[in-house]
Amino acid sequence: MKEINPTEAVYGGMKRAGIDFVASVPCVNLQELLCLVESDPEMMHVPVTREEEGVGICAGAYLGGRRPALLMQNSGLGNSVNALASLNGLYSIPLLMIISHRGGKGEPIVGQIPMGKSTPKLLDVLEIPRFAPTLAEAEKSVAQAWDLAQADGTPTAILLDIEFWRSD
Amino acid sequence: MMKRIDAIAIIAEEAESQDALLVGNIGFPSRELCVVHDCTSNFYMLGSMGLASSIGLGLALARPDKRVITLDGDGAVLMNLGSLATIADQHAEDYLLIILDNGCYGSTGCQPTCTSRKADLARIAAGAGVSEVATVSKPEELRLAVRGKGVLVVKVEKGNEKVPVIDLSPEEIIERFMARSAPPSPSS
Repeated sequence: MKEINPTEAVYGGMKRAGIDFVASVPCVNLQELLCLVESDPEMMHVPVTREEEGVGICAGAYLGGRRPALLMQNSGLGNSVNALASLNGLYSIPLLMIISHRGGKGEPIVGQIPMGKSTPKLLDVLEIPRFAPTLAEAEKSVAQAWDLAQADGTPTAILLDIEFWRSD
Repeated sequence: MMKRIDAIAIIAEEAESQDALLVGNIGFPSRELCVVHDCTSNFYMLGSMGLASSIGLGLALARPDKRVITLDGDGAVLMNLGSLATIADQHAEDYLLIILDNGCYGSTGCQPTCTSRKADLARIAAGAGVSEVATVSKPEELRLAVRGKGVLVVKVEKGNEKVPVIDLSPEEIIERFMARSAPPSPSS
């Protein structure tokens, strides 16, 4: 039997959660996932220009009854801080953030390192629950992260580092 | 040119007659909207400056069966110009972004924005690919233009009305709005 790969595990979790609206800013590690989302007739896909814009669009989609996710690189977390606090936090609007976490072990781009280090701490300061599942845990963890977002009216973050994308 | 609150009153009246959902920008625009025409189909954005146009777009995409109007400002749109490109890219079924352009950051002491000098938001919207773009400054033009889609720039006077802070909690705002904006739950 063919083993599940990282992209399929994350996508499977999104399907399990019933995610039907996705805003995205690309990362090289998300490229296959973005193709799956784009070709899924049950997911509306909105490529955006900046992560904060995606937070706003996802909040609007939630107001319209959708289950939104934002696919992004961790560099975009800094671009989104005010919106995550004064929009999602203020009105208790759920959002599933699926984040390619760059800047850790195996990172070839030096510019990714500072924000890579700050990302977990930024999420903690914002009181956004974060999960860094292994490949085996990923599908379940993504689905549970949405369930938590919806139950608590909060953004939740799945952090997927370089080693995660290499594990298959 | 009109006072902003008079433009908002016309827009709100038209929005109600169109059964539209109305997203109000942070600061005085939402406060003025709340005073002239509070209703449950108004969403008052209390934080996240720059994102009214994005919230409206997400809502319009999620509910293609509903008309959605966003009341935004020149300073806020300048903060999120990429939104115009995304709006053009997405072809939402029935979405109108109204930019109330007074050439200044009205809620923070009227510091001038770039639209008071060179920047032209209607041309920026057209350049971003929005096919329906209009600019109006008179009440009768506004009343007609509010029936359109795309981006509408409304030139208004500087200055804020003396209106109170919105007397609704964020929880109240979103709860009553979602009773109008979200489809009824299939299980209920």
